[in-house]
Amino acid sequence: MKSLRDCAYISLLLPGLLGAQQSKPWEKIPVPRLHEFKPQQPVRIELKNGIVLFLQPDHELPFVSGSVLIRGGSREEPAGKAGLIGLYEQAWRTSGTQKMDGDAMDDLLEAKAAHIETEGDEDSTSISWDSLKGDSDQVFGLAMDLLFHPKFSAEKLALAQQQEAAAIVRRNDDEDGISSRESAKLVYGANSPYTRQPELKTIASVTVNDLEAWRDRTLKERLIVGISGDFDPASMEARLRAVFDPLPRVAPEPKRHDEFTGPAPGVYFINKDDVDQSNVQIVALGPDRTSPDVATLAVMDEILGGDFVGRLFQKVRTELGLAYSVGGGFALPYDHAGMFRVEVLPQSARTVDATKAALVEIAGLNTRPFTETEVTRAKDDILNSFLFRYDTRDKVLAEQERLEFYGFPADYLETYKAAIEKVTIDDLKAVARKYIHPEKLAVLVVGNEAEIKPWLDALQLGAVKRVDITIPGAQVASGTAGK
Amino acid sequence: MRRGLRWGGRTALTLVLAMAFCGSWLGGHGQDLKSFEQRTTVKVLPNGLTLVVCERHDAPVFSYTTFIDAGDVNDPMGEGGVAHMFEHLAFKGTSEIGTTNYAAEKLALVKVEAANKAYEVEYLKPEGGDKKRLAELKDAFVKAQAQAYKYVVPNQFTQIAQANGADGLNAQTGMDETEYYWSMPENRLELWAWMESSRLADAVPREFYKERDVVMEERRMRVDSDPVGRLIEQFAATAYVAHPYGRSDIGWPSEVGQITATEAMAFHRKYYVGADIVVAVVGDVDTKTAMPMLERYFSRIPGGPKPEDMTTVEPRQFAEKSVVVNEQTQPFYIEGYHRPSYRDPDDAVFDAISDIMSNGRVSRLYRSMVEKEQIAAEAEGFTGYPGEKYPSLFAFYAVPLPGHTTAEMREAIHREIDRLKTTDVTDAELEMFRTRARADLLRGLADNQGLANSLAEYQTRYGDWRQLFLELDKADKVTKADIRRVANQVFVASNRTSAEIDTETSAAKSGGGR
Repeated sequence: MKSLRDCAYISLLLPGLLGAQQSKPWEKIPVPRLHEFKPQQPVRIELKNGIVLFLQPDHELPFVSGSVLIRGGSREEPAGKAGLIGLYEQAWRTSGTQKMDGDAMDDLLEAKAAHIETEGDEDSTSISWDSLKGDSDQVFGLAMDLLFHPKFSAEKLALAQQQEAAAIVRRNDDEDGISSRESAKLVYGANSPYTRQPELKTIASVTVNDLEAWRDRTLKERLIVGISGDFDPASMEARLRAVFDPLPRVAPEPKRHDEFTGPAPGVYFINKDDVDQSNVQIVALGPDRTSPDVATLAVMDEILGGDFVGRLFQKVRTELGLAYSVGGGFALPYDHAGMFRVEVLPQSARTVDATKAALVEIAGLNTRPFTETEVTRAKDDILNSFLFRYDTRDKVLAEQERLEFYGFPADYLETYKAAIEKVTIDDLKAVARKYIHPEKLAVLVVGNEAEIKPWLDALQLGAVKRVDITIPGAQVASGTAGK
Repeated sequence: MRRGLRWGGRTALTLVLAMAFCGSWLGGHGQDLKSFEQRTTVKVLPNGLTLVVCERHDAPVFSYTTFIDAGDVNDPMGEGGVAHMFEHLAFKGTSEIGTTNYAAEKLALVKVEAANKAYEVEYLKPEGGDKKRLAELKDAFVKAQAQAYKYVVPNQFTQIAQANGADGLNAQTGMDETEYYWSMPENRLELWAWMESSRLADAVPREFYKERDVVMEERRMRVDSDPVGRLIEQFAATAYVAHPYGRSDIGWPSEVGQITATEAMAFHRKYYVGADIVVAVVGDVDTKTAMPMLERYFSRIPGGPKPEDMTTVEPRQFAEKSVVVNEQTQPFYIEGYHRPSYRDPDDAVFDAISDIMSNGRVSRLYRSMVEKEQIAAEAEGFTGYPGEKYPSLFAFYAVPLPGHTTAEMREAIHREIDRLKTTDVTDAELEMFRTRARADLLRGLADNQGLANSLAEYQTRYGDWRQLFLELDKADKVTKADIRRVANQVFVASNRTSAEIDTETSAAKSGGGR
């Protein structure tokens, strides 16, 4: 088998060695010049108080949609109230306003096939709306009412708490859910603002007062408003100014200073004896998007973890047939250190084989030379499909809102693309040296202990550490009918 | 329960688009049927293959869907999952793509088949075969594969596509159909046409047995290691006694684990003929210049008559059936009722019921079970499972809140069903169904890929993509009486199959405890 594998690489990377293909008909098919295309950028308007408006007209369909992005999310919630934002995003919308409660709002909107929704995220909350053009004034008015005058109801908070409780007691049912959650805890720490999880106790402690306090605090932040669809820009601007101009000046945002140490290297295990496939996560701490190396990292990610073409896919799936799902790379969040994560899902008995194969590919970034073929292909993959990052006006708008939110320049995509074009093998080598440290990796396996043979000590990464995922306070077997 | 070549595929577009449409307020934005008729061209080639091209010039890109009117419902007995196995094979290249020497590779592949056959004959002996002989045959099989593998350029097909900007490249096999799709910059239209027609006409059973292992892992991921996946497989298997909708869609392990390249290629020969294929292209395409080029490439696909349809009809169910699975996981409840196929005049009535019972926070199941009684985290009904082409199931499911039982889910669902049977839905509910169906269709038109899928699907199912727009006439005609009539006919105990997960008490050892 060994020689067979080597052949595969040679033929992949150096097609010339094994007798080249006689003809490559695809290279003879003409690729004409791409039709001229300038993506329409949204109009950006910065109000005196610091609030930013984006207008992106698009008259193809008779709809208008909009959103307000609000700074502050779950990473800022108090540890004792973990889950606050999850409850907030539900109760905000379902409670409704002083003028119209959430149920009445549902009736009105659904009859018009319109939507107003609220969301909570790691670093933000938001309200968004969407309706036919003819209903857009009314729906905008409702959305603004919900933004500025929500009336949080104890009843709807209780409903949200029940839903969240259901999610908490079910969180160990799904192998994938366990592994992504617990591997992030290994990287950031179990009590980090990025990974601490809602518990029955912490969600029960959230009150209507907490929701109101959160709203009062975050509404003072710098809002980002975006509108897209079938509207007249001048009158839309006037309408938005009437709403947002009178708001007080927003305070400058303090920079975040997150410090993470990364995982303690080694093998971690969580037993789940009702599965026949392991979920393996190989993780480490990576950089954020302000790193000067992002373009090179993107190319390296494609070489390592790209679908079909990456080394992991080629080796673990295509060549060894060990997994259907395999891949990974660096996450590169905008404002805090991200995770390096490689995932592979082999049958229980092949857990060690598949994990070893993935580890070899990761380490190989430092030892197995990048080839010109590989680098060209990875760059082509990224650059030739780059168009799909801005082929619709909604995508262009969403990108501009994101860049505004994180304080990145508006031409970020262009400079990023230009940087990818310039990536060389030497860049890749340097970046692999800088970021790929096999000795710092943590390996988390969720799987069926009885079936994992050989056992994980065969990985020779030290004693296997067991992770306790007991859900504090959860009742057991409560759902059985008549038992 | 569709499976894609990769993980995380999209959900069935039919949930949104099987709802119909009425042209009444589509005017004004170039999105009415008339404007589509001006921009959409259909051409049936001499080999029976249908091309649908729809121009949309917003950005220099196009999307395509190749829709094969064959899926796992067509798997021969004993070969469950072969349609899906072939779908994976369709990414392995052709006699020109993915090989360094096809003439030699072809001979080597014949030897792989012979070696597999010899191994299989021994392995399938009733007593399990002779151990020593098996080991030898296995060794010979592995060596034969290694010989063939020498000529392989792995994943070259997808590499060419991706290096040329393919976005969202994937495929999925359903019970009724197999779909292939991606998006690309418009200047790669001809390259795509060459690649797509090549793999449809000239698939090579390369690396088949490795890919079979990959599909077995896909099965473990989607079914065997997922408690709800396991339950749903048993649910469908129990609901059907005769029709293949009751078979595991990814294939029972003993079947999909034994499929051979020869069988997959036989499936391809039978079903991948022009008459079974619709290719839809949407985007920045000039139909006048593109059509002759597309015609040239797609004419390579073999012609011949459309393969005969599957003829087994599920007999009438006469008693309720149920599956109870004890798991370590939290409880879950689902029940289903046999309903007619998508061609039935009542098809839109089922869409209306699904919408009124399940769509959003105003839906009946949400309002009663989630909001008022507060016994469920989620409760919904959906239609057309596990397919639509043949008589299928209308199903309801519910996820109990902690402390509530599957029995309560069942009772609450039945209360809502009884209401549907005994009391008319309101005018407002019926009007809401129509309005949302129209808006959903309209929203879907902005997306090249979604539109390509819909055009291909409707062209296949109705022989005319216009039905996508015309379907809503049917929706507009649904009456309150229709809903009561259909509910009374279909949602009866003797037509019901239920399945539930009950939590094993042994799970207490790993949990907290009261």
